[in-house]
Amino acid sequence: MSDAPELHKDIDAPTGVETTGHEWDGLKELNNPAPRWWLIVWMLTIVWAIGYWVVYPSWPTLTGHTKGIAGWTQYDKLKHEQAEITQRQSGWLGKFHKASFAEIKQDPVLFEFARAGGEVVFKENCAACHGAGGEGRRGYPNLNDDDWLFGGTAEDIYNTINVGSHSTHPNTHAVAMPAFGAVMGREGMLTPAQIDDVATYVSYLRQLVASEAFARGQAVFQQNCVSCHGEGGIGNRQMGAPRLNDAIWLYGGDKATLVQTITKGRAGVMPSWQSRMSDDSRRQVAIYVHSLGGGE
Amino acid sequence: MSLFETARKIYPRRVKGTFRSLKWLSMILLLGIYYAAPWLRWDRGPHVPDQAILVDLVGQRGYFFGIEIWPQEVYLLVGVLILAAIGLFFATALLGRVWCGYACPQTVWTDLFVWVERFVQGDRNARRKLDESAWTLEKLWKKTLTHLIWLLIGAVTGGAWVFYFNDAPTLFSDLWHLDVSWSVLGWIIALTLSTYFMAGFARENVCTYMCPYARFQSAMFDKDTLIITYEAERGEPRGKHKKGESWDGKGHCIDCDSCVIVCPMGIDIRDGLQMQCISCGLCIDACNSVMDKIELPRGLIRYDTESNQRQRREGYRTLDIAHRKSGKTVVPPQKMRWVRPRTVAYALILSTVGSLMLTAIVLRPMTELTVNHARAPQFVRLSDGSVRNNYQIKILNKSHDDRAYRLNTQGLSQARLEVLAAGDETVETLHVPANSVASFRVRVDTPEATAHGRSDIRFLLSETRNPAQNSGNTPESARHDSYFIR
Repeated sequence: MSDAPELHKDIDAPTGVETTGHEWDGLKELNNPAPRWWLIVWMLTIVWAIGYWVVYPSWPTLTGHTKGIAGWTQYDKLKHEQAEITQRQSGWLGKFHKASFAEIKQDPVLFEFARAGGEVVFKENCAACHGAGGEGRRGYPNLNDDDWLFGGTAEDIYNTINVGSHSTHPNTHAVAMPAFGAVMGREGMLTPAQIDDVATYVSYLRQLVASEAFARGQAVFQQNCVSCHGEGGIGNRQMGAPRLNDAIWLYGGDKATLVQTITKGRAGVMPSWQSRMSDDSRRQVAIYVHSLGGGE
Repeated sequence: MSLFETARKIYPRRVKGTFRSLKWLSMILLLGIYYAAPWLRWDRGPHVPDQAILVDLVGQRGYFFGIEIWPQEVYLLVGVLILAAIGLFFATALLGRVWCGYACPQTVWTDLFVWVERFVQGDRNARRKLDESAWTLEKLWKKTLTHLIWLLIGAVTGGAWVFYFNDAPTLFSDLWHLDVSWSVLGWIIALTLSTYFMAGFARENVCTYMCPYARFQSAMFDKDTLIITYEAERGEPRGKHKKGESWDGKGHCIDCDSCVIVCPMGIDIRDGLQMQCISCGLCIDACNSVMDKIELPRGLIRYDTESNQRQRREGYRTLDIAHRKSGKTVVPPQKMRWVRPRTVAYALILSTVGSLMLTAIVLRPMTELTVNHARAPQFVRLSDGSVRNNYQIKILNKSHDDRAYRLNTQGLSQARLEVLAAGDETVETLHVPANSVASFRVRVDTPEATAHGRSDIRFLLSETRNPAQNSGNTPESARHDSYFIR
């Protein structure tokens, strides 16, 4: 290249090639030239890069960035891809839209389409409270079991998804268990002793163990709870009053939790999804939840 | 010093002889297989492709004559790769780099491209002169024609490749009407260009600089491996020789450079075994034809082993030239040690992997069952206190008939089994269409638990034969172990 470093030239004896002057434990690097094809490829990549700058958005400017002559943006790409997905789904969605829940249940292809779509919608919207597999947690119902506050047919589930509970929807489920104990300075409807008795009664409902507390609790239950929870705690789906004589508890079936529930009351909240997602999505989720295993 | 170094272009001269013929034969055979194989048909019955060799990426099936593999059987492909690798090692340990010389695609296509070059532009000297000459009309048309034929061969190469992944006749007619997907077109273009550059320009540089096999094949060499050798004892001192002159004090090498100018790698084999040598044997052909002309025995350059060479040097063996002259049969001229620890080991691995694969293919079940215990939630408590576990099951029906199966469980008392699916599917009749996978959600309920924790459960699947479809073979069954949590 130039003649300046002539003085420092270090020639490797066996090959006759100049070294770079770098040495590692006695090993020296030869300064062999790069092959021509390599140089050509390197230059081609530079040409490619310049072409790229012209065609695509690339360089930042003070107010934004260069746009490129192709007018490509990520937003357009997303819009395009979403349109493609909608286009691909439209064939199934058209059929799905017209079919009833019963018809979908009989058609394996439509059923799988609904389940697959419903699962995605569920994981995005419902899983935060009900769990990734609809397993629920304290205060949020398990959707895999056969205990339903507002009914477990696909139609019932669809309705609950639409209206929610204590939501802003005009027809919302408004299930509220009043506080029977003394709360916030207000005098309670029941005394702590009565609450203890009725909690004992309820916790033994499944086994029906006869005891003095059980009998006392039964009397309190007949006066205060039967109107919602039904005779013997069979529950009332019209009101959303849970069944109490089964093995499933939303907040816990141990006596301490029951005392707390009776004293302070309960009111579960679920938003209305009617305005948040399309009717097809809501129907898909209803079918998905129904198919989890507990559907009626 | 210069910024870059230009590659030295090699102009291999035409040569005739045993190994050249072998190379032509192997080229015709290998290219023939490559181009013709996708067109072979193999009847597999309705709804299944009838192409003998097909990788159906969309349908997720691989077909090779009577063998059919599903994605989860790709381990068979691993077996094929192991066989190929050990096969290469085995051949290399015995015969040196014969793969490189005769069968490697790089060699085969380069050979073809050099043939095209020679066909259009003439042999070594003509080609070199053409390259050095100024641009004339003749040079222009000769060069253009060469490159056009190269590109055409490249296109046909890429074109044949895509046939392995699609139904060949259909794709051919689609290609004819230019009605193909971008992926097909992309593959054709990519392989056209790579063939064009690799065989047209990169050539021997691929073997010398890019190919890893070329480098590690030397690790399979030992002193009993066949390599291309030059008999220095017989050839040296080399020098020009006039007809009728005495050979006294002269080596048999007449320094005609024939072996050098036919070499596609551009090396001089008389310098001894070199990293670049692909063992193609063209220098042997060149030298033998010269030896014939000057009426000396053949074999100055030959396939031989290092140990033979050394033993001859030390006088333990004679060269067959001396042997032929004396007529004595004291020591055999060449001795091959085929059976060596190295070759035995490779042969053992080859036969073990081969028989394992054969067993896997022969005993391949037509029905498979997989069971996945659902984990969210692990278990469900029902109103009456009973406990439910959900399972995702998959039934693989690899046969070409629609089948029905019965599902049972074992190991759990009082277990109730039910399927959650659309339509009228029950655990007594689970329908799985031919050549497909069906997936079902299954639930197992047990009465209120007295014991808690995890217990084992086994799912049993048996084919229920439709009496109308009595196709001889016995009904198949499959099983899968899982667990139950309560």
